[in-house]
Amino acid sequence: MKITRAEVEHVARLARLELTDAELDTFTGQMDGILAYVEKLNALDTDGIVPTSHAVPMENAFRADEPTGSIGVENALANAPQRAESFFRVPKVIE
Amino acid sequence: MEIFDLTIHELHDKLKAKEVSSVEATRAMLDRIEAVDSQVNAYITVTPEQALVEAEAADRRIAAGDIAPLTGIPMGLKDIFITKGVRTTCGSRILENFVPPYDGTAVAKLKEQGAVIVGKLNQDEFAMGSSNESSYFGPVKNPWNLECTPGGSSGGSAAAIAARTATATLGTDTGGSIRQPASHCSCVGVKPTYGRVSRYGVIAYASSLDQVGPLTRDVTDAAILLGAIAGYDPKDSTSVNTPVPDYLAGLKTGVKGLKIGLPKQYFIEGLDPDVKRAMEEAIALYKSLGAELREVSLPHTEYAVATYYLIATAEASSNLARYDGVRFGHRADEIRGLKEMYAKTRAEGFGSEVKRRIMLGTYALSSGYYDAYYVKAQKVRTLIMQDFLNAFNEVDVLLTPIAPTPPFKIGEKLADPLQMYLSDIFTIPVNLAGTCGISIPAGFSAAGLPIGLQLIGKPFGEATILSTAYAFEQETQWHLKKAPL
Repeated sequence: MKITRAEVEHVARLARLELTDAELDTFTGQMDGILAYVEKLNALDTDGIVPTSHAVPMENAFRADEPTGSIGVENALANAPQRAESFFRVPKVIE
Repeated sequence: MEIFDLTIHELHDKLKAKEVSSVEATRAMLDRIEAVDSQVNAYITVTPEQALVEAEAADRRIAAGDIAPLTGIPMGLKDIFITKGVRTTCGSRILENFVPPYDGTAVAKLKEQGAVIVGKLNQDEFAMGSSNESSYFGPVKNPWNLECTPGGSSGGSAAAIAARTATATLGTDTGGSIRQPASHCSCVGVKPTYGRVSRYGVIAYASSLDQVGPLTRDVTDAAILLGAIAGYDPKDSTSVNTPVPDYLAGLKTGVKGLKIGLPKQYFIEGLDPDVKRAMEEAIALYKSLGAELREVSLPHTEYAVATYYLIATAEASSNLARYDGVRFGHRADEIRGLKEMYAKTRAEGFGSEVKRRIMLGTYALSSGYYDAYYVKAQKVRTLIMQDFLNAFNEVDVLLTPIAPTPPFKIGEKLADPLQMYLSDIFTIPVNLAGTCGISIPAGFSAAGLPIGLQLIGKPFGEATILSTAYAFEQETQWHLKKAPL
């Protein structure tokens, strides 16, 4: 086994995903199969190989720090599930 | 020949000669969508009123003598492209009612030319899939055989070309999502070099791999549409500031003396016999046109799928953290506290393929596994990129199949995600290497299903793969065949 059901539950908590028992069972089996497959990368010696995070090597992209237009408060809030005045409304954060 | 059958350049000529108006062309396309899309399900949202307003504006522009290559052309957009005032779902329940406040750069460029947007096209949810079966809005059917998938994730963008419900479309390609559906629906699809087209306003899946590109009826249209959207954009810091060549002007370069490489790892046992035959015919044709063909090696090919499914899922798990029910999108009802809101909102909003990839990516990035999985995959990515650089020291272009088989049946690979992932084996390496590829129609299987040919170019070598594709298209009739719909 590459991954246990308990580990899958832990990962679901990290990912903020509420999974059903059936989903946990299915994902445990499927992730186990996929992780067994990706093990094949270990056949390659990658000591001293520089990891690639981007296809095009680039340094930081700087721009002048000048104010430009924005979409505005009403547009920004137009898709909010809940709002209050000019804020996004969420359930109480501090218990 | 109906108006909806025309290519961009054919319709452009008719618009310019005032033989047809954009309103007429747009109405013909909307009627065609009405007539056949219930069978195909290529569209998530059709925007008839807005399209007709845009068509009227295009006609005024044409009357004033101001016509650009895309002015008045009815087009569809994968629903991953942010469109101002038009619902953008990305194929997901979590964005079912999301109406963006701005246009992304590629869309803005089309609108500047006066293109007419007729609607938003179906796709795998968050572009995660190879069959368009993971869409919240139902699977897309392949116009060549309604029991088959059109491929994915830009399944709607390819099916709309084959069903003649858009003159041209835009898609995105993270691991083959333009080229594979183009192949399965017998149209032309280009995955440009990473950084060639701005990703601003394109909903992110895997940011180091995602790229925007055209799906069209022929290579000339692909050159026109790529030229329209390519270029540096200050709003996408990963777009590359290098000049955009005139792709159309370069199309007729020909292939005499061109060195075409055949990567031996792509012509393996297990390749479908119909696909193998189509590749052999293409190789023979290029030889007869004076190209020089030789075997090359991309030794790390067999590691590409594993590398991709670690890097792409890791990036996805990070990108999709933004869907938390706070600022936009779905929010679960009856929740106690913030943590429960996140977990329930995401459980309700995401489908199973998206959850599976978020889980895999979260695991690959989690404490204790980061080096073993994520960094290891990034190192193998370096080896895969080097394979391509080495091959391109010997040859100008690579020729490969797009997919190991013709389109598969709806439902056939749903139960086994790994089998689905492996169907992308010939397209994924191009994204990992960050270079460009094109899919062009190259024949049909015995059962009458489309087969595509892939040409892979050097980084920013789009002009070469387009002219190589054009030479093939001039000698074949595959792109002229119409789906029986």
